[in-house]
Amino acid sequence: MTLIEQSIALRTLVIKEIRRFLRIWVQTILPPAITMTLYFIIMGKFIGSQIRAIDGYSYIEFIAPGLIMMSIITNSYANSVSSFYSSKFQRHIEEMLVSPMPNYIIIIGFMLGGIARGLIVGTAVTIVAMFFTKLQIHNLSLVIFTAIITSALFSAAGIINGVFANSFDDISIIPTFILTPLTYLGGVFFSVAMLPSFWQSISLANPILYMVNSFRLGILGITDVNAVVAIIIMTGFLISLFCVCLYLLNKGIGIRN
Amino acid sequence: MTENALTIRGLNKVYKNKVVALDNIDLNVGMGDFFALLGPNGAGKSTLIGILTSLINKSAGKVQIMGFDIDTHFSCAKSQIGLVPQEFNFNSFEPLIEIIKSQAGYYGLDRKSATDAAEDCLHKLDLWDKRKHTPRELSGGMKRRLMIARALVHDPKLLILDEPTAGVDIEVRRSMWELLSKINGEGKTIILTTHYLEEAENLCKSIAIIDHGKVIIDTSMGNLLEKLNEESFILYLQYPLKGTPILKDFQFKLINKKTIEVTLTNQKSLFDLFSLLNDQDITVLSIRNKSNRLEEMFIKLTSNKSN
Repeated sequence: MTLIEQSIALRTLVIKEIRRFLRIWVQTILPPAITMTLYFIIMGKFIGSQIRAIDGYSYIEFIAPGLIMMSIITNSYANSVSSFYSSKFQRHIEEMLVSPMPNYIIIIGFMLGGIARGLIVGTAVTIVAMFFTKLQIHNLSLVIFTAIITSALFSAAGIINGVFANSFDDISIIPTFILTPLTYLGGVFFSVAMLPSFWQSISLANPILYMVNSFRLGILGITDVNAVVAIIIMTGFLISLFCVCLYLLNKGIGIRN
Repeated sequence: MTENALTIRGLNKVYKNKVVALDNIDLNVGMGDFFALLGPNGAGKSTLIGILTSLINKSAGKVQIMGFDIDTHFSCAKSQIGLVPQEFNFNSFEPLIEIIKSQAGYYGLDRKSATDAAEDCLHKLDLWDKRKHTPRELSGGMKRRLMIARALVHDPKLLILDEPTAGVDIEVRRSMWELLSKINGEGKTIILTTHYLEEAENLCKSIAIIDHGKVIIDTSMGNLLEKLNEESFILYLQYPLKGTPILKDFQFKLINKKTIEVTLTNQKSLFDLFSLLNDQDITVLSIRNKSNRLEEMFIKLTSNKSN
């Protein structure tokens, strides 16, 4: 397959993926926007008004970048895991597997679908956030970089979950028992500087902490972690997860007999 | 230009549970052939097709498709194949036109070529009016046609059909036979697996029978049928028999007073049979094969192997 043919195959897959989640926007785009609206009302307005400023920002200003990042993480993951697993379940993944499309194009295609959903939902949540607080972008490049790399990373993680999933229950285990706790403990609602030193050290092992803080640095200009370290960690995770996806597809684990 | 559309040498597949699905298979399918790949359930047909289409990893052996080795020229080999799988495997929520266009895109056809090819296939398979419907809204026969349309969209040289007429009514099956003959007539090589042996006998020029993972016969359809040294017929008589007819050198049994089953060996012809019956004033109203000729051969070969 020539490079041009590969790019056509990739574009086809990406369009199909985007069309898939847009067709069911009531299930994919609207719920996170509503959920985040509730977070802004309850955590930001009702409870947040009782909490003191963090690093000079009101509580609602402080949690806004984390909530946007949380919606990007959960939606990019949910998109690739559900799309990959349902294509396995309905067996239409075979359409791709019998074609000459290389495995890395299949992975990138699913990842771009996840990135697209993550960014669209992230944008929707940002618009919601603007009704509750004033968002001033401190470093736009960092915001865009963090949003893209985080959604790519969690899309890849979703594919890995999809590869191993054997039932629809399997695609909700990781988000419920791993992703959600890590996100909640990743500094979305608090600064790790507020934690005792032992818990601060534990928190530093949570990769989501670096994504949330990198994004917060891009928007508010404040962070609990070193930005360069955060970028290195995110990039490292992305490359590692992509390699794992490629290995799994090349081996045919979960998809070829 | 290679002579064979498909060349298989020493192909083995052993599953993780130690089941040997394919045991040292050698097979050639000529260019432009209409090739029947038959075998009882569990013989290894679907495993073989799975390996050809890269849905199953082989354990050992070499496979060349249109001269391209599936290990060293993976992409080129896959471009040559169109697969119609046994089970429906499309996205039930996507319109037909999108399913076919996407498949064309996966093979690298640009948007315009993909649209043209998809429209052409939908017309050819008589699905144009349903192009905006989803597969959920189609009948079983239409779904089968959709799978053929999808397999043809990138103009493959080798079309592999895994039980394409399973579960469809006779009318649809016959229209599919016509279509497949036409596609083969246009120069495409076709490999067909089916449990309808009448279908294989009517359509295919060559045949291989697989049983317990081994090829037990690989020849032309004509050669195979010539090997059939006996054939059974059911004779319907005009009048009831008054006694047992004398049919020397023929094996026969009375089904009822107006029906006889007679088995002919290679040494005897229908003319000999009718002469004998005529001599005894027995009038035959109609005659039919007890079973399809290929079916008889198939049962004989596979049961021999099992024994």
